Amino acid sequence: MAISPELFKPLDKNRVQADEARPSITYWQDAWRRLKKNPLAITSLIFIALLTLTAIVGPFLSPYSYSDQDFDNIHLRPCREHPFGTDNLGRDILVRTMYGARISLAVGFVAAITTCVIGVLFGGISGLAGGKIDNLMMRFVDIMYSIPFLLWVIMLIVILDPEGSKGVNLSSIFIALGIVYWLPMARIVRAQILSLKEQEFILAATTIGAKKRKILLQHLIPNVMGSIIVTATISIPEAIFTESFLSFIGLGVSAPMASWGMLASDALTTLRSYPHVLVFPAVAICITLLAFNFIGDGLRDALDPKMRK
Amino acid sequence: MNTLLNVRDLEVEFRTYAGVVRAVRQVSFDLNAGEVLAIVGESGCGKSVTAQSIMRLIPSPPGKITGGSILFNGEEILAKTETQMQKIRGNDISVIFQDSMTSLNPVLNVRTQITEILRLHKKMNQSQADARAIELLSMVGIPEPQTRLKSYPHELSGGMRQRVLIAMSLACDPKLLIADEPTTALDVTIQAQIIEVLKNIRQELNTAIILITHDLGVVAGLADRVMVMYAGNLVEQGTVDEVLCDPLHPYTWGLLRSLPRLNMGPEDKLKPIWGQPPDLLLELDRCPFLPRCEHAMAICAQDRPPAFNGKASHTVNCWLQHPMAPPTSRPQEVG
Amino acid sequence: MLEFVVRRLLSAILAIWVVITVTFFFMHAIPGGPFQRDKVLPPAIKENIEKRYKLDDPLLVQYKDYMLNLLKGDLGPSFKYRGQTVNGIIAARFPVSLQLGLVAFAFALLVGVSVGIVAALNQGKILDYLVMSFSTLGVAIPSFILGTLLMLVLSYKLGLLPPATWGTPLHIIMPAISLGALPTAYIARLTRSSMLDVLSQDYMKTAKAKGLPRRRIVWVHAIKNAIIPVLTYSGPLLAGIITGTFVVENIFAVPGLGKHFVTSIYNRDYTVILGTTVFYSMILIGLNMLVDIAYSQFDPRIKLSARKE
Repeated sequence: MAISPELFKPLDKNRVQADEARPSITYWQDAWRRLKKNPLAITSLIFIALLTLTAIVGPFLSPYSYSDQDFDNIHLRPCREHPFGTDNLGRDILVRTMYGARISLAVGFVAAITTCVIGVLFGGISGLAGGKIDNLMMRFVDIMYSIPFLLWVIMLIVILDPEGSKGVNLSSIFIALGIVYWLPMARIVRAQILSLKEQEFILAATTIGAKKRKILLQHLIPNVMGSIIVTATISIPEAIFTESFLSFIGLGVSAPMASWGMLASDALTTLRSYPHVLVFPAVAICITLLAFNFIGDGLRDALDPKMRK
Repeated sequence: MNTLLNVRDLEVEFRTYAGVVRAVRQVSFDLNAGEVLAIVGESGCGKSVTAQSIMRLIPSPPGKITGGSILFNGEEILAKTETQMQKIRGNDISVIFQDSMTSLNPVLNVRTQITEILRLHKKMNQSQADARAIELLSMVGIPEPQTRLKSYPHELSGGMRQRVLIAMSLACDPKLLIADEPTTALDVTIQAQIIEVLKNIRQELNTAIILITHDLGVVAGLADRVMVMYAGNLVEQGTVDEVLCDPLHPYTWGLLRSLPRLNMGPEDKLKPIWGQPPDLLLELDRCPFLPRCEHAMAICAQDRPPAFNGKASHTVNCWLQHPMAPPTSRPQEVG
Repeated sequence: MLEFVVRRLLSAILAIWVVITVTFFFMHAIPGGPFQRDKVLPPAIKENIEKRYKLDDPLLVQYKDYMLNLLKGDLGPSFKYRGQTVNGIIAARFPVSLQLGLVAFAFALLVGVSVGIVAALNQGKILDYLVMSFSTLGVAIPSFILGTLLMLVLSYKLGLLPPATWGTPLHIIMPAISLGALPTAYIARLTRSSMLDVLSQDYMKTAKAKGLPRRRIVWVHAIKNAIIPVLTYSGPLLAGIITGTFVVENIFAVPGLGKHFVTSIYNRDYTVILGTTVFYSMILIGLNMLVDIAYSQFDPRIKLSARKE
């Protein structure tokens, strides 16, 4: 390049463009953008949506009901009439698996909702109140925590349904899971609130005379929303797992009804001769748990960038 | 004077999701034995990356030294194997990092963290290493070194931890010490004490030091020579007197103007440098300081400025030094 | 240090007391009382129980008696099995469960930690993906499905291992794998993320800057830090393994306490349910306490000060 005196004239500052700043986006837009980039989470989300639809609509479309027995056709391998085959009483495994999905999903979603309601309230009150109340409430949580969930749940079910042989009401399972599953949520919400309480924008809100309740609703809840959603999502597969576990050991829904754990447990008795009876409920449980785990991981990555690994 | 370190056209890149960040661009400098060189510049200008490249500590991936040469004692650092580097690190060249809280391993006590270096490089046994560790700790001004040896990092104050880090870096009498913002995380009185420790090291051990900082006060008190970096580029270098008393680059003018001075009146205001440094993802075919420069000329937008020689060892990368450029002088100090 | 141990001990005792009390009153809250509803109860047993528990006494007196007996280590007679005591049942069956549990625990800890470290050191490489895929699967497959599948393949199809019961070392393999798989997977993920976190810390750079060989950086500087979160998981891990024995022992017909616990739930054998729950809780709370103390030894940061949650 030839250097000429021309080049040493002062430059018109207006022609020099400042480097452009990136457009700013909100937390939720950012989270959604990150979630969309996670193919596993999105696929899982679609799978769960389809599963939910099947669980609701499927049984109506099937010519069989979950309790129809057909002794001429027991232990059928998958065929046209019975795509998943039949069990030892000639019941259609497809429709029973779909009923199982109803129960599992219902258990999962109900657990997530109770987790949210009880956990957020308990943790929120504890965190906001602070001091002695907080200490007392958290001691309670600590003690509840020191016993394995499953022992609590089993005990509660035994109490709620004392007559063992007839099986257990679905509502007992809901109550038992609900009573126990809010613990982690309460801890997380409280911890979040405690750290948020120290932050300056809360102080700012207090100094302009905002009421405590208003602070809670307007500032804290949106801020802890991310962890609440993640924790609730993670509690879904745990609840589904627990329900199938309970069904498997005979503490699930009553006999003609079907849940995945119960189907697997039934299959165990005839496993040697008819292994196919196990396959469908087993696959259903595993894929569903996997899908919820992926959604949970995806949400955590999307909502809490600090936790990204 | 014999040259301890000779860096030529160093290029360092980081591969990120957004693209390739060229963090260090054609940086060249020399360091003599026993000399203190300060590298100054704002956050992200590439000063730490430059220093860490000398020890080959750039995390890879994503970082990579893509060009240039680093001669230490006449040997090419960039050609060494990892095993050869292990013999140099902590032994011939050592480093003090900025944050003493996170730079010390929380589950190992001070004794382990100091003596492991001595046992490794000097092949000392544990009792020799212990004796040396106590000597080092008292040298950096830690009272009751025997007791402190058993302490864990969390039991020490910030200033004490920084002293431990310094003691660790001095364990093997290194020829070159890289101090990467050694005082930034400390409060002012502790800062002064740490600077004092570094001064003593320099006088007593004759260790060459590369001091990375953005505190020009520290530079004036400690360094022999200064290099100013901006957006991965070296913009000006020279002796402390040359650069601080008679700066030639508009960015250095800005840096000095943004400092508080004792002779300022109550009405005087500090002048910040407006604007942001450029995105290092960009391939800059112009002067990197152009958008923020008050003296920008047409040529600044067309080509990167080469190094122009000022007086003696003073060099500056600015088109204003070109013979054809209009005479421009450093703006008058306020007040 | 001593203060920490004492505080931890006191809170463990408090937790155990709460568990016993809550369990006791829950059991007695069952309509009609737990010991009166079963019609087929042999009169001799009924009399024995009524005498033992002084069922005519006010509830608080019964509670006091139960606590006093418990202090003497007496959990009372079985409600269903003539002449058996809860203590006798536990003494006969717990050693089997313990053996199985210890094998599964050791398996989970050894395999999980080493696999997690290997994955972290090979982050982004094939080995890492392999470990992560397997551990993701491992987290989603319930133990009862895995156990059943193992039995189907290894025993029925391949005939490699005995399908059920107990006795030889060969009998331990399948139950231990089914029991340990989920915790192994979980520990592998935990270790990996903890290790990655540690590897990105500043002190890793310091260690490298000292010229330490990679071997020492990994084994001394990294693993010591990375193992701490894994240790804190030992409590929940033990709980998972103990409750896991409920279903695994049932699948493989292992004559352990877990299997008997489930049987007693079927039978609504209240005294055994009560006694076993108390027993399990004491073990878990005690072990949790030990884990906490061990953990405080491992992490010098919490050695001197009593740890707060």
